[in-house]
Amino acid sequence: MTSIRLLALAATAALTMGSAISALQAQELRIGLSAEPSSIDPHYHNLSPNNMLSRQVFETLVGQNEKQALEPSLAESWKTLDDNTWEFKLRRGVKFFDGSDFTADDVLATFKRLPAVPRSPSSFAPFIAGQTIEKVDSHTIRIKTTAPAPLVPTSLSTFGIVSKACAETLSTEDFNALKCQGGTGPFKYSEFRPGDRVVMERNNAYWGKKPDWEKVSFRFLTAAPTRVAAILAGDVDVIEGVPPSDMARLKSNANLSVVEELSNRVIYFHLDHFRETSPFITAKDGSPIKNPLRDLRVRQALSMALNRQAIVDRIMEGQAVPAEQVLPSSFFGTSQTLKPTPFDLAGARKLLADAGFPNGFKMKMHGPNGRYTNDTKILEAAAQMYTRLGIDIEIETIPPANFFTRASQGANGDPEFSFILVGWGAGTGETSGSLQALVGTFDRTRGWGAANRGRYSNKAMDEVLTEALRTVDNTKRAALLARASELSMNDLGIIPSHYQTNVWASRKGIKVTARADEYTLATGITR
Amino acid sequence: MLAFIIRRIGQAMLVIGVMVVIVFFGVNVIGDPVWMLISPEMDQSAVEATKIALGLDKPIWEQFIYFVGNALQGDMGRSFVHGEPAIKLILSRMPATMELALVALFMAILIGMPLGVYAGLKPETRLAKGIMAVSILGFSLPTFWVGLMLIMFFSIMLGWLPATGRGDTVRVLGIETSLLSLNGWTYIALPALNLALLKISLVIRLARAGVREAALMDYVKFARAKGLSQRRIVGVHILKNIMIPIVTVLGLEFGSLVAFSVVTETIFAWPGMGKLLLEAIQRLDRPVIVAYVMVVVVLFVVINLVVDVLYSVLDPRVRLTEAKA
Repeated sequence: MTSIRLLALAATAALTMGSAISALQAQELRIGLSAEPSSIDPHYHNLSPNNMLSRQVFETLVGQNEKQALEPSLAESWKTLDDNTWEFKLRRGVKFFDGSDFTADDVLATFKRLPAVPRSPSSFAPFIAGQTIEKVDSHTIRIKTTAPAPLVPTSLSTFGIVSKACAETLSTEDFNALKCQGGTGPFKYSEFRPGDRVVMERNNAYWGKKPDWEKVSFRFLTAAPTRVAAILAGDVDVIEGVPPSDMARLKSNANLSVVEELSNRVIYFHLDHFRETSPFITAKDGSPIKNPLRDLRVRQALSMALNRQAIVDRIMEGQAVPAEQVLPSSFFGTSQTLKPTPFDLAGARKLLADAGFPNGFKMKMHGPNGRYTNDTKILEAAAQMYTRLGIDIEIETIPPANFFTRASQGANGDPEFSFILVGWGAGTGETSGSLQALVGTFDRTRGWGAANRGRYSNKAMDEVLTEALRTVDNTKRAALLARASELSMNDLGIIPSHYQTNVWASRKGIKVTARADEYTLATGITR
Repeated sequence: MLAFIIRRIGQAMLVIGVMVVIVFFGVNVIGDPVWMLISPEMDQSAVEATKIALGLDKPIWEQFIYFVGNALQGDMGRSFVHGEPAIKLILSRMPATMELALVALFMAILIGMPLGVYAGLKPETRLAKGIMAVSILGFSLPTFWVGLMLIMFFSIMLGWLPATGRGDTVRVLGIETSLLSLNGWTYIALPALNLALLKISLVIRLARAGVREAALMDYVKFARAKGLSQRRIVGVHILKNIMIPIVTVLGLEFGSLVAFSVVTETIFAWPGMGKLLLEAIQRLDRPVIVAYVMVVVVLFVVINLVVDVLYSVLDPRVRLTEAKA
């Protein structure tokens, strides 16, 4: 018995010492990711984990800082020559991993590759649609657009540049097999094991500030409890996507530190604006009624009856902030005057009565399960709040794969539901894209309203937004976007609920720069 | 024997055919993969472009004919999500799952058999009753919960074993395995135990029932009367006779260990094909789901064949009937 105990003790000691030694030498950083990339080809799939990993290896022309403001990266500076022309000065002295120089030719080759990646599930081509690129000299490019396009620098912050050699000869499978030596980033890929991990090594010839880590392994720990267990057990040094339910536990752990940052993701309710009678709304006795959601007073009542603070405190356990528009007011193009609607049940009841529904009505709400943090619980809470308002609520949560198909195109091609819970992350870090997609009038030819699952339409807002999208001057554009936000939010095109915060946990002594875009970048992690 | 195998393969082809039709059209009913693949910020024309790039713009029956045509030439299609051949993705993940299932199976036999035989021989002792009580827990506790408890105890509280992932792998005959290094075993121990728990309980119950029945048989009494040692009676006469039901069940269970290790793989972040399947279902990656189902059907058929062959080894009666037939 004693010998077994001794053995166990020795084993524990050896393991602890082992981890202590590795912590001392800690040239390797181990990160637990919440989602897995579909590929490490930077142009194959416009998907958050793909973009996050690839921007550390294949740098973009324009960077985004932790608050998603634009900053120079491979392009040192940019300016407009006239309304339809942007000029970018490229950084000199930058080398690819294979030792060749980074020049305008590589940018041109990347532009050519974007629309030409076979079987791309979500191409980057839309970002450069309507742009023609030309080379001025080896380190200057010009981008011409058919109409004034203030968002050119933003669109160039979405994809990485690969060397001409890689762009012209390599397929997605070649990239996955680590055949491309044509990146300029602080790290280069050294291993890619789908389902398991991606490993990167430091690029010692990097032009910028060299990162603290010689080696970084990103492990795919997609189940939240697994991620938490992994950091508690010391398998990894940093995890992203800390679930709200474990927040208190991790915060109280003396060996860990937790950082958070307001995200670009808003959770909101989309409602049926376009049908005279809505499929999931009836009178309480089940007889058909006119769609009440078309009446602004009803929408206001629904917004006032939503106790946002309770959702934030109780369900999100503080990992959220009540929302009033499509992006938190610290982002570009938001309104500074909008405030989250305060909870006011009596006022809501009165508005509902004024609108002709003193006894409420019957409504079925739909939402995805497992797509957003605590989505099912939020829907349940909202249902209870609306029951107090006097509406008979039924809820149905549906697996995301099925939910988004039906919410976007039901059986007859129109959105199927009456009242849904959805979320929206603004990858560009400004409001124009969100407004255009969520509350812009649905129009296939213009590409507006692609995610407008309530088919909200507001001509005045459309006009202001159209104006904003061709205004190159930043101050003027910000004001126009704020105006468009106010027009659509005061009219409750959507009912915003809350903004999520992104939370990282790390071992003590390792500092993580929290980011609005949910990215975990090894360059932002220091000792 | 040959006729038997050919008949089996014929049946398998039929099963595969039916499964492929069900899965192909079933996945299509759930939803349109394009909404799971495309970046939500993209506009309508980008959605159309993705549909065209993946061939989802065609009517479903046309997609099916195209798929069958390619499948007959050995091409199972490419994953919508990863863009790589679906079969390649599955086969690359298979060794991890196989080794996990194998270790779990051996754990089930090595732990379950002795305990079960003991409980069968001395059913009235306290230890035997304790074993049976624990085996009920093994049946009824949910795998994900037990998995988390194992991690909590062995990884977080004691810090003995890593909580997640697979250890260093070595390439043997072209197959990556983590079973040839100590480091690999520390990683596989917990997930394999978690996966094996239910099977251990199963083996305990089967072995106990078998032993209790066999112990009363005339041949055992005769052996005892002949003065054979207890060890020989149990080791040869009883064990041999109770093996047939156990081999049958374990054979089938091995298939389910491989095919449905999804929960364990997810909790322990084990890079096997169960995780791949789960993600494929979540993202409606039809080519991967279809290919996976085909692989699993083939696997079950092979296992059943092996079980049948083992029968004839274990039970001379089976050999005799076959020889006559």
